[in-house]
Amino acid sequence: MNTHSGHKPRKNALVLFFHRTGSPPWFYGFAARLAPWLWLGFGLLAAWGLYLGLFRAPPDYLQGESFRIMYIHVPAAWMSMLIYAVMATFGFIALVWRIRIAEILAMSSAPVGAAFTLVALVTGSLWGRPTWGTYWVWDARLTSELVLLFLYLGVIGLYSAFDEPRKAARAACLLALVGLVNLPIIHFSVKWWNTLHQGSSIGVTGSNIHPSMLWPLLIMAIATKLFYAANLLDRARAMLLEQDLRKGWAQKLIARQPTSELPLSEQQGSEQQGSEQPGTGQHGSEHGEQV
Amino acid sequence: MTRAFLALLRRDLLLAIRRRGELLFPVIFLLVVVSLFPLGIGPGPALLARIAPGVIWIAALLATVISLDSLFRTDFEDGSIEQFVLSGHPVSLLVMAKVLAHWLLAGLPIVALSPLLAIWLNLPASSVSVLVASLALGTPILSLLGAIGVGLTVSLRRGGQLLSLLVFPLYVPVLIIATGGIMAAADGLPYGPFLGLLLAGLITSVTLAPFAAAAALKISLS
Repeated sequence: MNTHSGHKPRKNALVLFFHRTGSPPWFYGFAARLAPWLWLGFGLLAAWGLYLGLFRAPPDYLQGESFRIMYIHVPAAWMSMLIYAVMATFGFIALVWRIRIAEILAMSSAPVGAAFTLVALVTGSLWGRPTWGTYWVWDARLTSELVLLFLYLGVIGLYSAFDEPRKAARAACLLALVGLVNLPIIHFSVKWWNTLHQGSSIGVTGSNIHPSMLWPLLIMAIATKLFYAANLLDRARAMLLEQDLRKGWAQKLIARQPTSELPLSEQQGSEQQGSEQPGTGQHGSEHGEQV
Repeated sequence: MTRAFLALLRRDLLLAIRRRGELLFPVIFLLVVVSLFPLGIGPGPALLARIAPGVIWIAALLATVISLDSLFRTDFEDGSIEQFVLSGHPVSLLVMAKVLAHWLLAGLPIVALSPLLAIWLNLPASSVSVLVASLALGTPILSLLGAIGVGLTVSLRRGGQLLSLLVFPLYVPVLIIATGGIMAAADGLPYGPFLGLLLAGLITSVTLAPFAAAAALKISLS
């Protein structure tokens, strides 16, 4: 399958798309073309959202300026849970249909998800200091984020413990699935545990947020999703290349590498640096002259 | 199928009884860990009574995880598990038999010993029966969930250390519900719902965990 010289118009859109994504070289090229756009979108949205959130939104009447950490904290917390679900979904696909790309996507998701969880925990405790007067309380949400972090670390730890990457990925995918089944139970038991032992904790600010505060949050939520998607594709691409180093398509790609590194290159091999150069190579370009 | 199950169960129990010394390890471990708490925290009876449910349950978690590491290991290393998979019987059956044997050897002694621990830690007499009931319902869940983790790590040389990272997050709900029930009983509140939740957890994990553990074992064998 000659994948790097552009893809022909898709005939049977969805089915064809899924079958193609299963092919490492096709996926590699696809990810290389898509990721720069996602990075670009993330950059623009994050800049806009942070500007609105940090400079334009009015200070909260109760929490003052400290509430602004919410624009990092809340999207990160959302992402930490979403990514776990996405990872387990990829894991399910990987285990049932044995699709290698799904394994790679699941395993590339784990570190991103763990990072978001950590960001949510750190920002949460930084916010807790001025608001609750302490860096850490065994609040239900904080605690279930902590358990979520442990689940992520378990998946990452299991993946890195095996020598053989495919076996490692399958084992870690199964663990992710088991974790997904348990996650709601953990969440509700922790929530209930907290209310039993300490009475209700201090809730997050009012339930109805003013639009000027809400919009930046929503923009940041979309921005973090784009970040995840872009990061995921780049990670998956690197992992794929690392695993397939000895295979034909990777060898061909590497053979093209030295020329495409040169700035005056006329080649269309710019997928190689896709993520660093959002401006180039996104059209797949049958002809180098386009660039 | 029942025959294969019973044969496996009998074999595992026999093997364990022939090595009686090892049989006592989890129990001794439990006793040592629980006895460390008064030494570390102080002998105040009120404080001990307050933390007793958590201490006993956490010690039970640790004892279970320590004993779990050997659940599949020897059979995996000498190829028995491979032979069983080749025999055509469902692997979940194997898991069920081994988990049941493990619980009889490691879980049941904890349940039996728990009233003694309750006296050590000055737990109110009203909640001792709840402690025993929660352990009787909860430790099988620990063994079942643990079997998934063991299945995943059995082919690793240092799987034991990883195992605790994999299974402790999964044990969180069991710990919370069990200790919640014991504390409710100590405060004179109804504890039925807690035991009901544990029973629900037990039924769910008996139904689902053997399949997950079987899938894990197959991955380890591949």
